[in-house]
Amino acid sequence: MSIALKNILGTRGLGREDISTILNTANAFKEISTRPIKKVPTLRGRTVINLFFEPSTRTRTSFEIAGKRLSADVINITGSTSSAVKGENLIDTARNLEAMNPDIIVIRHACAGAAELISHFTESSIINAGDGAHEHPTQALLDLLTIQEHKGSLDGLRVVIVGDIAHSRVVRSNIFAMKTMGMDVRLVGPPTMIPFEIERLGVEVSHNLAEAIRDADVIMMLRVQTERQNKFLLPSLREYSNLFCLTSEKLERAPEDILIIHPGPVNRGIEIALDVMQDERSLILDQVTNGVAIRMALMYLLLGGSDDGLN
Amino acid sequence: MGFDPEGVFFCPEPEIQLSSVIFNEKDISRAVTRIAHEILEKNKGADKLALVGIRTRGATLAQRLAKKINEIESTTVSLGILDITLYRDDLGTSKQSPEVKKTDISFSLEGKDIVLIDDVLYTGRTIRAAIDALIDFGRPATVQLGVLIDRGHRELPIRPDYIGKNLPTSKSNQVQVHLKEDDGVDEVILINILNKKG
Repeated sequence: MSIALKNILGTRGLGREDISTILNTANAFKEISTRPIKKVPTLRGRTVINLFFEPSTRTRTSFEIAGKRLSADVINITGSTSSAVKGENLIDTARNLEAMNPDIIVIRHACAGAAELISHFTESSIINAGDGAHEHPTQALLDLLTIQEHKGSLDGLRVVIVGDIAHSRVVRSNIFAMKTMGMDVRLVGPPTMIPFEIERLGVEVSHNLAEAIRDADVIMMLRVQTERQNKFLLPSLREYSNLFCLTSEKLERAPEDILIIHPGPVNRGIEIALDVMQDERSLILDQVTNGVAIRMALMYLLLGGSDDGLN
Repeated sequence: MGFDPEGVFFCPEPEIQLSSVIFNEKDISRAVTRIAHEILEKNKGADKLALVGIRTRGATLAQRLAKKINEIESTTVSLGILDITLYRDDLGTSKQSPEVKKTDISFSLEGKDIVLIDDVLYTGRTIRAAIDALIDFGRPATVQLGVLIDRGHRELPIRPDYIGKNLPTSKSNQVQVHLKEDDGVDEVILINILNKKG
Protein backbone atom coordinates (compact mmCIF):
# COMPACT_ATOMS: atom_id res chain seq x y z
CA MET A 1 0.00 0.00 0.00
CA SER A 2 1.87 2.98 -1.27
CA ILE A 3 1.78 5.49 -4.07
CA ALA A 4 4.23 5.82 -6.93
CA LEU A 5 3.78 9.50 -7.67
CA LYS A 6 6.42 12.17 -8.01
CA ASN A 7 4.14 15.21 -7.92
CA ILE A 8 0.69 16.07 -6.60
CA LEU A 9 -0.56 18.43 -9.29
CA GLY A 10 -4.25 17.66 -9.03
CA THR A 11 -6.76 15.05 -7.96
CA ARG A 12 -7.57 14.32 -11.59
CA GLY A 13 -4.65 11.93 -11.99
CA LEU A 14 -5.24 10.12 -8.71
CA GLY A 15 -6.82 6.66 -8.68
CA ARG A 16 -9.07 5.17 -6.03
CA GLU A 17 -6.14 3.26 -4.48
CA ASP A 18 -3.97 6.39 -4.37
CA ILE A 19 -6.66 8.39 -2.60
CA SER A 20 -7.35 5.57 -0.11
CA THR A 21 -3.63 5.31 0.65
CA ILE A 22 -3.36 9.05 1.21
CA LEU A 23 -6.43 9.10 3.48
CA ASN A 24 -5.26 6.08 5.52
CA THR A 25 -1.78 7.54 5.92
CA ALA A 26 -3.21 10.91 6.97
CA ASN A 27 -5.38 9.15 9.49
CA ALA A 28 -2.28 7.62 11.11
CA PHE A 29 -0.52 11.01 11.09
CA LYS A 30 -3.32 12.78 12.98
CA GLU A 31 -2.13 11.33 16.26
CA ILE A 32 1.26 13.09 16.00
CA SER A 33 -0.41 16.49 16.26
CA THR A 34 -2.00 15.50 19.58
CA ARG A 35 1.30 14.54 21.28
CA PRO A 36 3.10 16.80 23.73
CA ILE A 37 6.13 16.70 21.39
CA LYS A 38 4.56 17.17 17.97
CA LYS A 39 7.49 16.04 15.90
CA VAL A 40 8.80 12.85 14.31
CA PRO A 41 12.26 12.55 12.69
CA THR A 42 11.01 11.09 9.41
CA LEU A 43 12.05 13.84 6.96
CA ARG A 44 15.11 15.04 8.85
CA GLY A 45 17.47 16.81 6.47
CA ARG A 46 14.87 17.23 3.74
CA THR A 47 13.95 20.67 2.45
CA VAL A 48 10.46 21.92 1.62
CA ILE A 49 9.99 25.29 -0.11
CA ASN A 50 6.62 27.01 0.16
CA LEU A 51 6.34 29.27 -2.89
CA PHE A 52 3.17 31.32 -2.48
CA PHE A 53 2.32 33.94 -5.11
CA GLU A 54 -1.19 34.44 -3.69
CA PRO A 55 -2.33 35.37 -0.19
CA SER A 56 -2.98 32.47 2.18
CA THR A 57 -2.91 31.88 5.91
CA ARG A 58 -4.50 28.47 6.28
CA THR A 59 -2.81 26.59 3.46
CA ARG A 60 0.67 28.07 3.86
CA THR A 61 0.71 27.64 7.63
CA SER A 62 -0.67 24.13 7.24
CA PHE A 63 2.11 23.13 4.82
CA GLU A 64 4.72 24.76 7.07
CA ILE A 65 3.47 22.97 10.18
CA ALA A 66 3.20 19.68 8.28
CA GLY A 67 6.80 19.93 7.10
CA LYS A 68 8.11 20.93 10.52
CA ARG A 69 6.27 18.14 12.35
CA LEU A 70 8.08 15.71 10.05
CA SER A 71 11.41 17.45 10.87
CA ALA A 72 11.90 18.83 7.35
CA ASP A 73 13.41 22.29 6.91
CA VAL A 74 10.68 24.57 5.60
CA ILE A 75 11.39 27.80 3.75
CA ASN A 76 8.61 30.25 2.93
CA ILE A 77 8.69 32.52 -0.09
CA THR A 78 5.76 34.81 -0.76
CA GLY A 79 5.03 36.65 -4.00
CA SER A 80 5.79 40.08 -2.61
CA THR A 81 9.17 39.03 -1.16
CA SER A 82 10.30 37.00 -4.18
CA SER A 83 12.31 38.13 -7.18
CA ALA A 84 9.05 38.09 -9.14
CA VAL A 85 8.74 41.72 -8.05
CA LYS A 86 12.00 42.39 -9.89
CA GLY A 87 10.58 40.80 -13.02
CA GLU A 88 11.93 37.25 -12.78
CA ASN A 89 9.63 34.80 -14.53
CA LEU A 90 8.25 31.66 -12.92
CA ILE A 91 10.46 29.21 -14.81
CA ASP A 92 13.62 31.10 -13.81
CA THR A 93 12.45 31.22 -10.18
CA ALA A 94 11.87 27.46 -10.29
CA ARG A 95 15.29 26.80 -11.86
CA ASN A 96 17.02 28.94 -9.25
CA LEU A 97 15.25 27.21 -6.39
CA GLU A 98 16.10 23.86 -7.98
CA ALA A 99 19.77 24.82 -7.95
CA MET A 100 19.55 24.79 -4.14
CA ASN A 101 18.33 21.17 -4.16
CA PRO A 102 15.01 21.24 -2.35
CA ASP A 103 13.05 17.98 -2.06
CA ILE A 104 9.55 19.42 -2.34
CA ILE A 105 8.29 22.69 -3.77
CA VAL A 106 4.78 23.66 -2.73
CA ILE A 107 3.39 26.27 -5.10
CA ARG A 108 0.34 28.51 -5.14
CA HIS A 109 -0.11 30.74 -8.14
CA ALA A 110 -2.90 32.75 -9.76
CA CYS A 111 -2.37 31.04 -13.13
CA ALA A 112 -3.88 27.64 -13.88
CA GLY A 113 -1.13 25.19 -14.79
CA ALA A 114 1.63 26.98 -12.87
CA ALA A 115 2.40 23.89 -10.76
CA GLU A 116 2.60 21.64 -13.78
CA LEU A 117 4.75 24.15 -15.65
CA ILE A 118 7.45 24.26 -12.98
CA SER A 119 7.34 20.47 -12.58
CA HIS A 120 8.95 20.28 -16.04
CA PHE A 121 11.92 22.35 -14.87
CA THR A 122 12.72 20.76 -11.52
CA GLU A 123 13.73 17.39 -10.14
CA SER A 124 11.97 18.18 -6.86
CA SER A 125 8.48 16.90 -6.14
CA ILE A 126 5.85 19.56 -6.74
CA ILE A 127 2.70 19.90 -4.64
CA ASN A 128 0.03 22.15 -6.10
CA ALA A 129 -1.40 24.37 -3.35
CA GLY A 130 -3.84 26.04 -5.75
CA ASP A 131 -3.34 27.18 -9.33
CA GLY A 132 -5.83 29.79 -10.55
CA ALA A 133 -9.31 28.30 -10.94
CA HIS A 134 -7.84 24.92 -11.86
CA GLU A 135 -7.06 22.59 -8.93
CA HIS A 136 -6.36 22.62 -5.19
CA PRO A 137 -5.81 18.91 -4.52
CA THR A 138 -4.79 19.04 -0.84
CA GLN A 139 -8.02 20.87 0.00
CA ALA A 140 -10.12 18.19 -1.73
CA LEU A 141 -8.20 15.42 0.08
CA LEU A 142 -8.69 17.02 3.48
CA ASP A 143 -12.39 17.44 2.68
CA LEU A 144 -12.61 13.72 1.90
CA LEU A 145 -10.73 12.83 5.11
CA THR A 146 -13.17 14.95 7.15
CA ILE A 147 -16.20 13.38 5.46
CA GLN A 148 -14.82 9.85 5.80
CA GLU A 149 -14.13 10.38 9.50
CA HIS A 150 -17.74 11.30 10.17
CA LYS A 151 -19.54 9.04 7.71
CA GLY A 152 -17.33 5.94 7.86
CA SER A 153 -17.06 5.47 4.12
CA LEU A 154 -17.29 7.66 1.04
CA ASP A 155 -18.98 5.34 -1.44
CA GLY A 156 -22.44 6.45 -2.51
CA LEU A 157 -22.52 9.64 -0.42
CA ARG A 158 -24.38 12.61 -1.92
CA VAL A 159 -22.55 15.92 -1.74
CA VAL A 160 -24.05 19.31 -2.54
CA ILE A 161 -21.55 22.05 -3.41
CA VAL A 162 -22.93 25.58 -3.26
CA GLY A 163 -21.56 28.84 -4.62
CA ASP A 164 -19.23 30.16 -7.27
CA ILE A 165 -18.50 26.92 -9.10
CA ALA A 166 -16.91 28.63 -12.09
CA HIS A 167 -14.11 30.33 -10.18
CA SER A 168 -13.43 27.57 -7.66
CA ARG A 169 -10.35 25.33 -7.83
CA VAL A 170 -11.60 23.60 -4.69
CA VAL A 171 -14.70 22.44 -6.54
CA ARG A 172 -12.80 21.06 -9.50
CA SER A 173 -10.42 19.06 -7.28
CA ASN A 174 -13.34 17.85 -5.21
CA ILE A 175 -15.40 16.77 -8.23
CA PHE A 176 -12.53 14.65 -9.61
CA ALA A 177 -11.72 13.10 -6.23
CA MET A 178 -15.33 12.53 -5.20
CA LYS A 179 -16.31 10.92 -8.50
CA THR A 180 -13.25 8.65 -8.22
CA MET A 181 -14.39 7.61 -4.75
CA GLY A 182 -17.90 6.80 -5.97
CA MET A 183 -19.74 9.82 -4.57
CA ASP A 184 -22.62 11.76 -6.15
CA VAL A 185 -22.00 15.46 -6.64
CA ARG A 186 -24.68 18.12 -7.08
CA LEU A 187 -23.69 21.72 -7.83
CA VAL A 188 -25.85 24.64 -6.74
CA GLY A 189 -25.43 28.31 -7.60
CA PRO A 190 -26.71 31.14 -9.75
CA PRO A 191 -26.48 30.32 -13.50
CA THR A 192 -23.76 32.94 -13.98
CA MET A 193 -21.50 31.01 -11.60
CA ILE A 194 -21.99 27.54 -13.07
CA PRO A 195 -19.90 26.75 -16.16
CA PHE A 196 -21.70 25.67 -19.32
CA GLU A 197 -21.72 21.87 -19.79
CA ILE A 198 -20.18 21.12 -16.38
CA GLU A 199 -22.57 18.12 -16.32
CA ARG A 200 -20.04 16.39 -18.55
CA LEU A 201 -17.92 15.79 -15.44
CA GLY A 202 -20.71 13.54 -14.20
CA VAL A 203 -22.36 16.01 -11.82
CA GLU A 204 -25.91 17.32 -11.41
CA VAL A 205 -26.75 21.04 -11.48
CA SER A 206 -29.47 22.79 -9.51
CA HIS A 207 -30.34 26.41 -8.80
CA ASN A 208 -32.47 25.83 -5.72
CA LEU A 209 -30.51 25.35 -2.49
CA ALA A 210 -33.36 24.27 -0.18
CA GLU A 211 -34.51 21.74 -2.74
CA ALA A 212 -31.02 20.38 -3.45
CA ILE A 213 -30.05 19.60 0.16
CA ARG A 214 -33.16 17.57 0.97
CA ASP A 215 -31.44 14.22 0.47
CA ALA A 216 -27.80 15.28 0.88
CA ASP A 217 -25.19 13.71 3.20
CA VAL A 218 -22.73 16.58 2.97
CA ILE A 219 -23.10 20.23 2.07
CA MET A 220 -20.04 22.21 1.04
CA MET A 221 -20.39 26.00 1.02
CA LEU A 222 -17.93 27.96 -1.11
CA ARG A 223 -16.62 31.40 -0.38
CA VAL A 224 -17.92 34.21 -2.59
CA GLN A 225 -14.60 35.29 -4.04
CA THR A 226 -15.10 39.01 -3.86
CA GLU A 227 -11.49 39.58 -5.03
CA ARG A 228 -12.12 37.71 -8.31
CA GLN A 229 -15.64 39.04 -8.77
CA ASN A 230 -16.84 41.30 -11.52
CA LYS A 231 -20.16 43.03 -11.43
CA PHE A 232 -21.75 40.89 -14.14
CA LEU A 233 -21.89 37.73 -12.02
CA LEU A 234 -24.21 38.96 -9.29
CA PRO A 235 -26.77 41.74 -9.14
CA SER A 236 -25.83 42.17 -5.45
CA LEU A 237 -24.34 40.24 -2.55
CA ARG A 238 -27.66 40.66 -0.76
CA GLU A 239 -29.54 38.88 -3.47
CA TYR A 240 -26.93 36.08 -3.50
CA SER A 241 -27.26 35.80 0.24
CA ASN A 242 -31.05 35.58 0.09
CA LEU A 243 -30.92 32.69 -2.33
CA PHE A 244 -27.73 30.80 -1.48
CA CYS A 245 -26.70 31.63 2.08
CA LEU A 246 -26.93 28.50 4.26
CA THR A 247 -29.24 29.53 7.09
CA SER A 248 -30.69 27.39 9.84
CA GLU A 249 -34.05 27.91 8.17
CA LYS A 250 -32.86 26.31 4.91
CA LEU A 251 -30.97 23.66 6.88
CA GLU A 252 -34.22 22.46 8.45
CA ARG A 253 -35.10 20.86 5.13
CA ALA A 254 -31.91 18.79 5.13
CA PRO A 255 -31.46 15.38 6.80
CA GLU A 256 -30.57 15.50 10.51
CA ASP A 257 -27.12 14.00 10.06
CA ILE A 258 -25.94 16.27 7.23
CA LEU A 259 -22.33 17.48 7.49
CA ILE A 260 -21.45 21.10 6.74
CA ILE A 261 -18.01 21.92 5.37
CA HIS A 262 -16.41 25.09 4.00
CA PRO A 263 -12.88 25.47 2.61
CA GLY A 264 -12.45 28.88 4.27
CA PRO A 265 -11.91 31.72 4.66
CA VAL A 266 -15.56 32.33 5.51
CA ASN A 267 -17.54 35.46 4.62
CA ARG A 268 -19.80 35.34 7.66
CA GLY A 269 -23.41 36.10 6.77
CA ILE A 270 -22.85 35.97 2.98
CA GLU A 271 -22.54 32.26 2.13
CA ILE A 272 -23.11 30.82 5.59
CA ALA A 273 -25.10 32.21 8.53
CA LEU A 274 -23.44 32.81 11.89
CA ASP A 275 -25.55 30.28 13.79
CA VAL A 276 -24.89 27.61 11.14
CA MET A 277 -21.14 28.06 11.61
CA GLN A 278 -21.62 27.29 15.31
CA ASP A 279 -23.82 24.27 14.55
CA GLU A 280 -22.29 21.04 15.80
CA ARG A 281 -22.66 19.54 12.33
CA SER A 282 -20.33 22.22 10.98
CA LEU A 283 -16.82 20.75 10.58
CA ILE A 284 -14.94 23.84 9.41
CA LEU A 285 -12.27 23.61 12.11
CA ASP A 286 -11.98 19.81 11.79
CA GLN A 287 -11.08 20.46 8.16
CA VAL A 288 -8.20 22.71 9.22
CA THR A 289 -6.90 20.05 11.65
CA ASN A 290 -7.15 17.40 8.95
CA GLY A 291 -5.33 19.67 6.50
CA VAL A 292 -2.10 19.30 8.48
CA ALA A 293 -2.46 15.49 8.52
CA ILE A 294 -3.13 15.32 4.76
CA ARG A 295 -0.09 17.47 3.97
CA MET A 296 2.12 15.41 6.30
CA ALA A 297 0.88 12.26 4.59
CA LEU A 298 1.64 13.62 1.12
CA MET A 299 5.14 14.77 2.05
CA TYR A 300 5.82 11.38 3.62
CA LEU A 301 4.46 9.44 0.65
CA LEU A 302 6.42 11.57 -1.83
CA LEU A 303 9.73 11.37 0.05
CA GLY A 304 9.59 8.11 2.05
CA GLY A 305 10.62 5.91 -0.88
CA SER A 306 13.77 5.95 -2.98
CA ASP A 307 14.13 7.74 -6.32
CA ASP A 308 13.78 4.59 -8.43
CA GLY A 309 10.29 4.10 -7.01
CA LEU A 310 9.15 7.30 -8.69
CA ASN A 311 7.87 7.48 -12.20
CA MET B 1 16.06 -22.96 -18.38
CA GLY B 2 17.88 -19.73 -19.24
CA PHE B 3 20.16 -18.36 -21.91
CA ASP B 4 23.33 -16.65 -20.77
CA PRO B 5 25.08 -13.83 -22.70
CA GLU B 6 27.78 -16.15 -24.04
CA GLY B 7 25.22 -18.32 -25.76
CA VAL B 8 25.43 -21.35 -23.49
CA PHE B 9 22.31 -23.01 -22.11
CA PHE B 10 22.24 -23.54 -18.39
CA CYS B 11 19.83 -24.81 -15.80
CA PRO B 12 19.68 -22.64 -12.66
CA GLU B 13 19.41 -24.59 -9.41
CA PRO B 14 15.84 -24.33 -8.18
CA GLU B 15 15.26 -22.29 -5.05
CA ILE B 16 14.17 -24.55 -2.21
CA GLN B 17 12.50 -23.38 0.98
CA LEU B 18 12.62 -25.72 3.95
CA SER B 19 10.40 -24.63 6.77
CA SER B 20 9.98 -26.14 10.19
CA VAL B 21 7.63 -25.23 13.02
CA ILE B 22 9.78 -24.51 16.05
CA PHE B 23 7.10 -23.14 18.38
CA ASN B 24 3.47 -24.26 18.37
CA GLU B 25 0.37 -22.83 20.01
CA LYS B 26 1.12 -24.39 23.41
CA ASP B 27 4.75 -23.27 23.36
CA ILE B 28 3.71 -19.69 22.62
CA SER B 29 1.09 -19.76 25.37
CA ARG B 30 3.61 -21.12 27.92
CA ALA B 31 6.20 -18.51 26.94
CA VAL B 32 3.65 -15.69 27.31
CA THR B 33 2.63 -16.97 30.74
CA ARG B 34 6.25 -17.25 31.89
CA ILE B 35 7.18 -13.79 30.58
CA ALA B 36 4.12 -12.29 32.32
CA HIS B 37 5.37 -13.75 35.63
CA GLU B 38 8.94 -12.59 34.99
CA ILE B 39 7.76 -9.05 34.25
CA LEU B 40 5.78 -8.97 37.49
CA GLU B 41 8.65 -10.47 39.46
CA LYS B 42 11.23 -8.02 38.17
CA ASN B 43 8.98 -4.98 38.57
CA LYS B 44 7.54 -6.13 41.93
CA GLY B 45 3.93 -5.99 40.75
CA ALA B 46 2.05 -3.99 38.16
CA ASP B 47 1.62 -0.61 39.90
CA LYS B 48 3.91 1.43 37.67
CA LEU B 49 3.90 -1.03 34.80
CA ALA B 50 2.84 -0.33 31.20
CA LEU B 51 3.19 -2.52 28.11
CA VAL B 52 3.87 -1.07 24.67
CA GLY B 53 3.63 -3.41 21.69
CA ILE B 54 5.34 -2.74 18.39
CA ARG B 55 3.03 -3.13 15.41
CA THR B 56 1.87 -5.55 14.19
CA ARG B 57 2.59 -8.79 16.07
CA GLY B 58 4.35 -7.14 18.99
CA ALA B 59 1.08 -5.30 19.64
CA THR B 60 -0.83 -8.59 19.59
CA LEU B 61 1.66 -10.20 21.99
CA ALA B 62 1.46 -7.17 24.29
CA GLN B 63 -2.33 -7.58 24.39
CA ARG B 64 -1.96 -11.23 25.42
CA LEU B 65 0.65 -10.38 28.04
CA ALA B 66 -1.52 -7.58 29.44
CA LYS B 67 -4.45 -9.99 29.69
CA LYS B 68 -2.29 -12.52 31.52
CA ILE B 69 -0.86 -9.89 33.90
CA ASN B 70 -4.37 -8.57 34.62
CA GLU B 71 -5.47 -12.12 35.51
CA ILE B 72 -2.52 -12.72 37.82
CA GLU B 73 -2.64 -9.37 39.63
CA SER B 74 -6.39 -8.57 39.30
CA THR B 75 -5.53 -5.16 37.88
CA THR B 76 -5.66 -3.32 34.56
CA VAL B 77 -2.22 -2.65 33.21
CA SER B 78 -1.78 0.24 30.72
CA LEU B 79 -1.34 -0.92 27.16
CA GLY B 80 -0.06 1.04 24.17
CA ILE B 81 0.60 0.37 20.50
CA LEU B 82 3.58 1.83 18.68
CA ASP B 83 4.11 2.15 14.92
CA ILE B 84 7.81 2.79 14.37
CA THR B 85 7.70 3.44 10.60
CA LEU B 86 8.36 7.18 10.98
CA TYR B 87 11.47 6.48 13.09
CA ARG B 88 13.06 3.91 10.78
CA ASP B 89 16.66 4.47 9.71
CA ASP B 90 16.09 2.91 6.29
CA LEU B 91 13.44 5.27 4.92
CA GLY B 92 14.23 6.16 1.34
CA THR B 93 15.93 2.83 0.65
CA SER B 94 12.86 0.86 -0.33
CA LYS B 95 11.06 1.72 -3.54
CA GLN B 96 7.97 3.22 -1.97
CA SER B 97 7.11 4.71 1.37
CA PRO B 98 6.23 1.95 3.85
CA GLU B 99 2.69 1.98 5.17
CA VAL B 100 2.19 4.04 8.33
CA LYS B 101 -0.38 2.91 10.89
CA LYS B 102 -1.70 4.55 14.01
CA THR B 103 0.32 4.85 17.18
CA ASP B 104 -1.90 4.72 20.25
CA ILE B 105 -0.33 5.58 23.60
CA SER B 106 -3.08 7.24 25.61
CA PHE B 107 -1.40 7.25 29.03
CA SER B 108 1.44 9.33 30.45
CA LEU B 109 4.85 7.67 30.41
CA GLU B 110 6.24 9.81 33.24
CA GLY B 111 7.63 7.58 36.00
CA LYS B 112 6.32 4.38 34.40
CA ASP B 113 8.21 1.13 33.88
CA ILE B 114 7.65 0.47 30.20
CA VAL B 115 8.05 -2.99 28.71
CA LEU B 116 8.44 -2.85 24.92
CA ILE B 117 7.14 -6.00 23.28
CA ASP B 118 8.09 -7.32 19.85
CA ASP B 119 7.80 -10.70 18.15
CA VAL B 120 11.33 -11.24 16.80
CA LEU B 121 14.53 -9.53 17.92
CA TYR B 122 17.12 -9.52 15.11
CA THR B 123 19.37 -6.55 14.24
CA GLY B 124 17.96 -4.37 17.03
CA ARG B 125 17.20 -1.50 14.65
CA THR B 126 13.44 -1.73 15.22
CA ILE B 127 14.00 -1.47 18.98
CA ARG B 128 16.28 1.55 18.51
CA ALA B 129 13.47 3.23 16.54
CA ALA B 130 10.92 2.19 19.16
CA ILE B 131 12.96 3.67 22.02
CA ASP B 132 13.33 6.94 20.10
CA ALA B 133 9.59 7.01 19.44
CA LEU B 134 8.81 6.23 23.08
CA ILE B 135 11.02 9.03 24.41
CA ASP B 136 9.04 11.50 22.26
CA PHE B 137 6.01 10.69 24.42
CA GLY B 138 7.67 11.44 27.74
CA ARG B 139 10.29 10.24 30.24
CA PRO B 140 9.60 6.76 31.56
CA ALA B 141 11.38 5.52 34.72
CA THR B 142 12.71 2.46 32.85
CA VAL B 143 12.36 0.90 29.43
CA GLN B 144 12.60 -2.88 29.28
CA LEU B 145 12.36 -5.23 26.32
CA GLY B 146 10.44 -8.46 25.89
CA VAL B 147 10.53 -10.60 22.74
CA LEU B 148 9.05 -13.93 21.76
CA ILE B 149 12.06 -14.99 19.67
CA ASP B 150 15.66 -13.76 19.91
CA ARG B 151 17.41 -14.87 16.73
CA GLY B 152 20.73 -13.08 17.30
CA HIS B 153 22.80 -11.06 14.76
CA ARG B 154 22.50 -7.75 16.61
CA GLU B 155 23.83 -4.64 14.84
CA LEU B 156 23.26 -2.33 17.81
CA PRO B 157 24.01 -2.68 21.55
CA ILE B 158 20.53 -3.90 22.51
CA ARG B 159 19.71 -6.77 24.86
CA PRO B 160 16.27 -8.17 25.75
CA ASP B 161 15.09 -8.52 29.38
CA TYR B 162 12.47 -11.18 28.69
CA ILE B 163 12.87 -13.87 26.01
CA GLY B 164 10.38 -16.51 24.88
CA LYS B 165 13.01 -18.56 23.06
CA ASN B 166 16.62 -18.10 22.01
CA LEU B 167 16.85 -19.33 18.43
CA PRO B 168 20.29 -19.60 16.82
CA THR B 169 19.89 -18.77 13.12
CA SER B 170 22.00 -17.94 10.12
CA LYS B 171 21.42 -14.62 8.37
CA SER B 172 19.91 -16.38 5.35
CA ASN B 173 17.17 -17.91 7.53
CA GLN B 174 13.79 -16.30 7.93
CA VAL B 175 11.83 -16.41 11.16
CA GLN B 176 8.09 -15.89 10.89
CA VAL B 177 5.80 -15.48 13.87
CA HIS B 178 2.14 -16.15 13.14
CA LEU B 179 -0.50 -15.24 15.68
CA LYS B 180 -4.20 -16.14 15.64
CA GLU B 181 -5.37 -12.51 15.77
CA ASP B 182 -3.30 -11.55 12.71
CA ASP B 183 -2.73 -14.79 10.80
CA GLY B 184 -5.36 -17.24 12.04
CA VAL B 185 -2.81 -19.62 13.60
CA ASP B 186 -0.32 -19.60 16.50
CA GLU B 187 3.14 -20.78 15.41
CA VAL B 188 6.76 -19.76 14.86
CA ILE B 189 8.35 -20.99 11.64
CA LEU B 190 12.03 -21.13 10.72
CA ILE B 191 12.56 -21.00 6.96
CA ASN B 192 15.81 -22.19 5.43
CA ILE B 193 16.28 -21.00 1.85
CA LEU B 194 18.68 -23.05 -0.31
CA ASN B 195 20.13 -21.69 -3.58
CA LYS B 196 18.71 -18.26 -2.82
CA LYS B 197 18.22 -16.18 -5.97
CA GLY B 198 19.86 -12.76 -6.27
